[in-house]
Amino acid sequence: MRLKKSLMISAIAITSILGLSACAGAGGGGTTPPVAEKPTFEAGTTMAKLADAGAVTIGTKFDQPLFGLKAPDGNPVGFDVEIGKLVAAALGISADKIKWVETVSANRESYIENGTVDLVVATYTINDKRKEVISFAGPYYNAGQDILVLAGNPEGIKGPEDLKGKNVCSVAGSTSEKNIAAYDVKLITTDTYSNCLEPLRSGKVIAVTTDNVILAGLADQNAGEFEVLSNPFTEEPYGIGVKHDDDAFRNFINDVLEKSYSDGSWKAAWEATAGKVLKTPEPPAVDRYTS
Amino acid sequence: MDAIIDVTPIYLAGFWVTLQLLVISGVGAFVVGALIATLRISPVPSLRVFATAYTEVLRNVPLLLVLMFCAFVLPILGSDLDFFPLALIGLIAYTSPFVAEAIRSGFNGVPVGQAEAARSVGMGFIQTVSLVILPQAARMVVPPLINVFIALTKNTSVAGIFFVNELFKQTNAATRDNPNAVIIVLLYAAFLYLVITVPLGLIAGAIEKRVVVMR
Repeated sequence: MRLKKSLMISAIAITSILGLSACAGAGGGGTTPPVAEKPTFEAGTTMAKLADAGAVTIGTKFDQPLFGLKAPDGNPVGFDVEIGKLVAAALGISADKIKWVETVSANRESYIENGTVDLVVATYTINDKRKEVISFAGPYYNAGQDILVLAGNPEGIKGPEDLKGKNVCSVAGSTSEKNIAAYDVKLITTDTYSNCLEPLRSGKVIAVTTDNVILAGLADQNAGEFEVLSNPFTEEPYGIGVKHDDDAFRNFINDVLEKSYSDGSWKAAWEATAGKVLKTPEPPAVDRYTS
Repeated sequence: MDAIIDVTPIYLAGFWVTLQLLVISGVGAFVVGALIATLRISPVPSLRVFATAYTEVLRNVPLLLVLMFCAFVLPILGSDLDFFPLALIGLIAYTSPFVAEAIRSGFNGVPVGQAEAARSVGMGFIQTVSLVILPQAARMVVPPLINVFIALTKNTSVAGIFFVNELFKQTNAATRDNPNAVIIVLLYAAFLYLVITVPLGLIAGAIEKRVVVMR
């Protein structure tokens, strides 16, 4: 057990060192949204409970550059984190009262269901299967498959149509590979996206394609070398996960999101984080679906 | 069953690439390996040193690293070869020391008196090797050489990481598209490797029987 723990600590240390060196270009920062003064909520709602406690636990990714990446001080930074801060601020909770918990793709539903976290903002794609076990506020961002090219876009690529017959790199067995194959490109595949960067540098492929969030992370870690087209051709709406059928909380978060769209705080949050690499998109309309 | 029919086209395409990788790099590694083995026993010290260094460096470096060097570093150094020939270079470079060592073990298995006898009747180094030692060594190196080629067959799968669409890589797409038959499509890929390696073993056995000598 002891050995395991020390191993764990060194593993974390190594990962954070790697993370540090990898994101040399990305400073921490972020925004400080104004915290609501003593908001009042109907008794018994999740909002009232959290506002009374004065603290909230939010699940996010700790390894996704620009969206949720753990900074040297132990707190994550990124666009998802900013969205979490906006929600907390509307509950009257300042950023330093937020407890961040790492959620990975495999444990997001269970963390929400068993109450480990109050909400999840973690590049979390809304889909029907997930809606059966949890509820989604948002979407607050529409991600999608995009294209990474050399800085300055020397080949003048505008979209996937321009890649026809050209060498394009992706990961074997990924959904992205399947999607781009429909455009008759010459696929060069490997096992991780970072392996695609060297062929892109040397001109053996003219583009790399997968989710724009991953591409943005790669571009961010290699500042000035690559650019993302910011023209996604698939749609992955990112939502905020809350407990299943907690409609009051869901509506509240949707209200917060809509307010952030209109008062510019959503845009400010984007520009402070993912906007460093990706163009600022139009915020997506929230989906107040009935389950 | 549907899954097997479904993945057969991509598997056959991958199988063909794997076979090409195996045959071309196998022949290449044999030629280079035989040359290195000859250098290793040559009377010129500097050639022996070179051959020893070549063998020790390449066979002690992981294949992944050798292929990575070929796929990533050679293009930086100015090579504009495709990924397929780059993978061939890597596989040949990695396999040739093993071939050389197998052949050298055959050379060493020929009693030293044979070489001395050849010298004493006036043969030079080339003649001694090609007319006296090699014919006797050849029958001893068949089993270890086949071992090397079976290992090479499986090693070709590493080229998949470096942008070559060989057989093993097709399992990625196959498991993605047949999530309910993952084990079956993986077993199918394993079977296709056996289609290559089992006959190689049988060939080795047959050759051994034919060239066996009573001493």
